[in-house]
Amino acid sequence: MKQTRPLTLANGRLVTPDGVRDGGVRIVDGAIAALGEDVAQDGDEIVDAKGALIVPGLVDLGVFAIDKPAFHFGGITRAALMPDQSPPLDLPSRVNYIAKSGKPDLWVHPLAAATRGLGGEELGEVALMREAGARGIATGRGWIADSGVMLRVLRYAAMLDLVVVSHAEDSGLAGDAVATAGEMATRLGLPSAPAEAEALAVARDIALAEIAGARLHFRQVTTAAALDLVRGAKARGVPVTAGVTPAHFMLSDLAIGDFRTFGRLSPPLRSDDDRHAVVAAIADGTIDVVSSGHDPRGPEDKRLPFSDAEPGMAGAETLLSCTLTLVRDGVIDLPRAFDLLAGAPARLLGVEAGTIREGAEGDIALVDQEKPWVVDRRKMEATADNTPFDGQPMQSRVLGLWKGGVKVD
Amino acid sequence: MCLSDLHGSTSGMASMASAGSPPGTGSGRFPAGGHAFPHPSLTGIAQLERHEILYLLHEAEQWVEFNRQPDKHCDLLAGMTIINAFFENSTRTLLSFEIAGKRLGADVVNMHAAQSSVKKGETLLDTAITLNAMRADAIVIRHGSSGAVDLIDGKVDCPVLNAGDGSHEHPTQALLDALALRHALDERGEGAEDFTGLVVTICGDIAHSRVARSNILCLQALGASVRVCAPPALMPAGIEMMGAKPYVDFDAALDGCDVVMMLRLQAERMSGQFIPSTREYHHLYGLTQQRLRRAAPDALVMHPGPMNRGVEIDSDVADMLDRSIITRQVEMGVAVRMACVDVLTRRARQLPGWESPLGQGQWK
Repeated sequence: MKQTRPLTLANGRLVTPDGVRDGGVRIVDGAIAALGEDVAQDGDEIVDAKGALIVPGLVDLGVFAIDKPAFHFGGITRAALMPDQSPPLDLPSRVNYIAKSGKPDLWVHPLAAATRGLGGEELGEVALMREAGARGIATGRGWIADSGVMLRVLRYAAMLDLVVVSHAEDSGLAGDAVATAGEMATRLGLPSAPAEAEALAVARDIALAEIAGARLHFRQVTTAAALDLVRGAKARGVPVTAGVTPAHFMLSDLAIGDFRTFGRLSPPLRSDDDRHAVVAAIADGTIDVVSSGHDPRGPEDKRLPFSDAEPGMAGAETLLSCTLTLVRDGVIDLPRAFDLLAGAPARLLGVEAGTIREGAEGDIALVDQEKPWVVDRRKMEATADNTPFDGQPMQSRVLGLWKGGVKVD
Repeated sequence: MCLSDLHGSTSGMASMASAGSPPGTGSGRFPAGGHAFPHPSLTGIAQLERHEILYLLHEAEQWVEFNRQPDKHCDLLAGMTIINAFFENSTRTLLSFEIAGKRLGADVVNMHAAQSSVKKGETLLDTAITLNAMRADAIVIRHGSSGAVDLIDGKVDCPVLNAGDGSHEHPTQALLDALALRHALDERGEGAEDFTGLVVTICGDIAHSRVARSNILCLQALGASVRVCAPPALMPAGIEMMGAKPYVDFDAALDGCDVVMMLRLQAERMSGQFIPSTREYHHLYGLTQQRLRRAAPDALVMHPGPMNRGVEIDSDVADMLDRSIITRQVEMGVAVRMACVDVLTRRARQLPGWESPLGQGQWK
C-alpha cells in the first residue's frame, strides 16, 4: 500500500542522530519530507504525538522468524532474516520469495546462506541471491569451522560489498554444550563450554576479514575477551561490527537455574562479569547493534529437559523496552539507543532507513518512553511465548507505527 | 459434609500404617508430622535442608533392621502403584527401587524406555502425563538429561523420585552412601549422627557424575569436607563454588583422608576422548593398595557401582573386608529407597500430621 496523503506527526520529541528536540515529522510519498516545528501543511493528515518520542522504526538485524504481530508490537518495521529457515535461504528463488513476504507493512531483508544448506562447506550462490534481494550473508546459527571456507566466503562478500554476519562460537570447543562453563552449569550438571569459545572464533574471523578486506558483523558478542578483540580490531580500522541481544546485557546464567529452557540461548547466557562487559561495550561503542534474535519456539521445542531443548527466545516485543533501560540507567543516550536499534543495522544492510532525517524512508514509531507494562507470556503477540523476561516490569511502549508513511494496524 | 468420614478414613489408614510400620518415628528430634519433610518430591539433595536429610536417614534406619528379618514384607503401601520409569539403562538402581516398593507392599511396575525410542515420538512430558493418568502414586524416574526429573515434577499429581538425571543429581545414592558410611563408622565406635570433621575424597569422572554432585552436597550438609579428584578434562569448572576442593594429583587428594569414594568413568556420557586409555587412567587414578596407604590408616573405601575392576579400583582394594563398604552401600540402598517412598507417600496416605496439603504456610 502506497501512502496516498501526506502525513504529519506533530508535537513530539524527535530523536535524530544529532540529538533530541521538540518537533514533528512530515512524510510525503513514503519518505520523510520535513522535520521540525510547524512542518504540517494544509491537507495533511495530522497526528498529535502529545509529547511522545518520534523515532525511526526499528531495523532488527538477525531474526529467525517473520512474526509480524510481534514485530509491530515492538516497533520493528524491517527485519533481516537469518538463512536458517526450512529449507534454508541458499537459493535465489527462496530469497526472492521471502524478501516480498512481509510487504507492505514489514520489510524483510533476507540474509543469504554463506554455504549451501548452511553446511559450512560449499559456497552459496551469493551474487544471485543478492539480485534476488539478499542484503547480507550469514553463516547461520553455527560457525563455519573450516577456516579456508570462511576466508573464501569473506573474499566473495568483499567483492560483492555485502556484510558477512557471523556466529562466533568455536564449534570444536562448544561441541554439544548448552551452557557456559562455570558454577551454574556445574551445579546443574549441564554440558558446558568455556566462554573463551567465543573469543577464539572472533579472533579467527577478524584475522580472516582483515585478509579479505570484508565487512564482518558478529551477530552476538557476549564475553569480555571477545569484546576486547573487537575493540582492538576497530582501533586498527578493521571494518568489524558487533551486535548483541538484550538477554546478554539483562541476564546472566543465573537465569537458567531450575533448568528454565527459556534461558537456553545460543550463545549461552554468560557470567555476570561478562554481562557487565557487554554493558560497558555498548557504552563505549564497541557494540554497534542491539537486535532481538527473535526466535519463537513452542512447547515442542522448549518443554524438554534443558539440554534437549532448542535455543532461542521470542525477543521482538521486549527489544525496545530492554534497550531503553540502558538509557534510563545512563549507559547511553536516546540518539545512541536508536542508532543501536535502527541506524547501525540499516547502514550494515545498506538500506535507506533507520534514522529520522529528510529523504529517509518514512518508517516511524511513536514511543511513550515512560509507559510501564509487565511482560506476560500468556498475552504475547509472538507466535510463541518463550521469553526469559516473563513477569518482568518494563518501561516504554510503542504507541503507533508507520511503514513508509502508512499506519500499521 | 464428610469431615467425620475423612477422620474415619484417616485413622483407618493410620492404624494400618502403624500395624505394618516398625516403631521409631516421631522421636521429637525432627519437626512434627509433615513439617519434617515438606517436599512433594525428591528431585535432588540441593533442595534439602540438613535436618531433612537427617530425617530421611533416620527413617531409613528402621528399614535396615526390617530388611534383615526373614519376613521382609509389610503392607504399608498396599494398594498403591509405583512406576519405575527408566529412560536410561540401569540394573542395580532399578532393582533396588523395585525391591523397596515391593517390600512396602506396593504394586511396582517397571517401564523400560530406552531413551532413543522415546525420542522418536512422544515427548518426555507426554510420557509423564500418560503415567500420571494411570494414577501412579509415585513415579521413580531415571533419565539421561539433566533436569528431566525437575521437568516432570509439578506436571504430575504424585510424588516424583529422582533415580538419576543426566549429570545433575542422584539423591538416593547420596543418602544411601551417607547411611552406609554412618553404619560403618558406628561399628567402629566412631559413630555420630553426622560427619563433622570427616574428610572424604571423591575421585573419578566428576564432570559427568551425578553421584559426585549429590554426594558433595549431602556430605557437606552433614559436616564433612569433600575433596574431588579428576584429570582436568573430567573436572567441571567452578566445582570449588560448590564447596569441594579440587585436586588433579590423586596422591595429594588421598593424603590423610578418612573416606575414599571411587567413581566409574562414564563413557556413555562422554563425547570425544577425555582420557588416552583405561590403562593410563589406572596408572594415574586407579585406587591400589599402595595408594590407599596415603589415606588415613583405617580409611574406608566406597564405590557406587558398577565397578570397573582394574580401572578405577583394584580388586584387592574393592574386596577388603574391613575397609571396603561397597556391598553395604547396596544393602543400604533398599532401606533408603523404602524410607523415601514411605515419606513421600504419607500425604496421599493421610498419615496423622501429614494431612495438610503442601503450600499452607510451607514452601514447596
